[in-house]
Amino acid sequence: MLELSILFPSVLNGLTTGAVYALIALGLTLIYGVLHIINFAHGAALMVALYGVYFLQQRAGIDPYVALPIMVPAMFAFGYALQRFVIGRASHGKDENILLVTLGISIILENLALYAFKSDTRSIDTAYTLTTVNLAGALISLPKVVAFGGALATAAVLLLVLGRTDLGRAIRACAKERQGARLVGIDVDHVFAMSFGIGLACLGAAACFLLPAYYVNPTVGNGFVLIAFTIVVLGGMGSFTGALVGGLLIGVVESVGGLWLGESLGQIGIFLIFIAVLLFRPQGLFGAKA
Amino acid sequence: MKELAGILVFCALVALAPQFISSGVTLNLIIMTLYAALLGQAWNILGGFGGQFSFGHAVFFGSGAYAMAVLQVKFGWNAWAALAAALACGAAVGAFIGALSFRYGLKGSYFALVTLAFAEVFRILANTFTFTGAGVGLMLPLKESTADLQFADKTGYLYLILAFVLVGLLVTWWLKRSRYGAWLQAVRDNEDSAAALGVNVFRVKLGAIMISGALMAAGGAFYVQLFHYIDPHIAYGPAVSIEALLGPIIGGMGTLWGPLLGAAVLHGLGELTRAVMGDVPGVNLIAYGVVLILMVTFLPRGIIGLFHKKAKDAPRA
Repeated sequence: MLELSILFPSVLNGLTTGAVYALIALGLTLIYGVLHIINFAHGAALMVALYGVYFLQQRAGIDPYVALPIMVPAMFAFGYALQRFVIGRASHGKDENILLVTLGISIILENLALYAFKSDTRSIDTAYTLTTVNLAGALISLPKVVAFGGALATAAVLLLVLGRTDLGRAIRACAKERQGARLVGIDVDHVFAMSFGIGLACLGAAACFLLPAYYVNPTVGNGFVLIAFTIVVLGGMGSFTGALVGGLLIGVVESVGGLWLGESLGQIGIFLIFIAVLLFRPQGLFGAKA
Repeated sequence: MKELAGILVFCALVALAPQFISSGVTLNLIIMTLYAALLGQAWNILGGFGGQFSFGHAVFFGSGAYAMAVLQVKFGWNAWAALAAALACGAAVGAFIGALSFRYGLKGSYFALVTLAFAEVFRILANTFTFTGAGVGLMLPLKESTADLQFADKTGYLYLILAFVLVGLLVTWWLKRSRYGAWLQAVRDNEDSAAALGVNVFRVKLGAIMISGALMAAGGAFYVQLFHYIDPHIAYGPAVSIEALLGPIIGGMGTLWGPLLGAAVLHGLGELTRAVMGDVPGVNLIAYGVVLILMVTFLPRGIIGLFHKKAKDAPRA
């Protein structure tokens, strides 16, 4: 068995990564829960957000954490426009169409980035990139600790918005019964676009927390998109608790799996969980039966 | 019968092309268009006729490609025998994934996701094991003879890919007029009604994914013979999966000529963007993405849909 002294930091590391995964998955699960669409462009949108944070730091000298109030509204506006003007128009009410349209969007975004920024992998250097924090004997890098706290705080804000505000009530109404929501006077198309916008705003926040300890290149989103799908499916499509728990769980599985089987093979655990959940419990851990 | 005649005329015309075209570039374009058409035909059988949208068709492509390469390089098999094994391998992987996902009733977006995940698992496995050459990939030694399925000039490859496309056309033609094809389309249009009428939904879908997998594996095998090289990213990466579904969606899903038409349009578009924008990476794919969105928004029945007025001829995307 693995030594506890190795396992413990690995679990902690997994939790910090998992919190960011959870934030990304929250956006995805919100979009799914409300619009019943699987947003294939989620990874590409994260890539866009990461480039945004990168260039804000490089060109304007804005620290990634300070960039939060810029990135979150920017990604929100991007998402709102995408749903309102592209995805909503193409859907014709069919799931497969939306899959294809979001796939098309991800192809376009990814290759636009490739065209504009080349395939170079870029990362940023901050004063705190290499700083570590000692947590009960385990050394964890400071940006990861911040990411953990920041991701959970963002998730809490999101849950408050959904639970306590009129917008949140409208969103939940549309998720449950869109026809009924329309009948009581909710502008469903607007709420759909708001949900999509909030979903991408989560990515804006995630990008700010990720970049100090991560990198960006045109295909960086691909690595996240399947992981985010896994979390959403594991937690139950549309379930917020599920996305949070699932995110943390997957982060730990990846980290410990990597320790055990090596970096490359460790990822396989995630996909095997994904396939197993899809096959045997497609409603997920916290989802209602479809 | 008219369609069968059309298939034969088309293949005869393409087969005669090398008599008139000496330019290697043009022949290459024809070969690559036919190759894309083959991938599209494979996807079309499951996606267009069966209504099961796969986002990970690379899993069959890669398995065919690796079967072809590993059997020749590591086990010294003859290329033709390896080709037969590659097709069987594609069908077997199809049976495996199909048995799992159709048994548990996965459909729609869930099926798309699970195929994507399988492709990813296979990619990681191919990246890890040494007998697949791990991350470095496998090189096929150069042996240019028909016995080894390698050809000194492009004409040989043209005939090889044309033969595959012909098989694809014939299978599609058969699906359009056979009892099995009718079952498959019934399952696509309404699974519950089909089941109520006594169609064995599970077996029909399983058959479709196996045929589709074998045809896709042929594409992989062809790739290995043409480029003499395969690595995990080429074999199981998302590019192939996307190429396979773009053609039929743009040309027309569930139609005989849709995949070919889509492949021709896409390659024409690719050449056009290259001519206009220069050889910049990604530009042709941006154009593909734009076309995909425009097609789904405005022409959900594909280009072929423009010519068919009858709504029941082709499924809406």
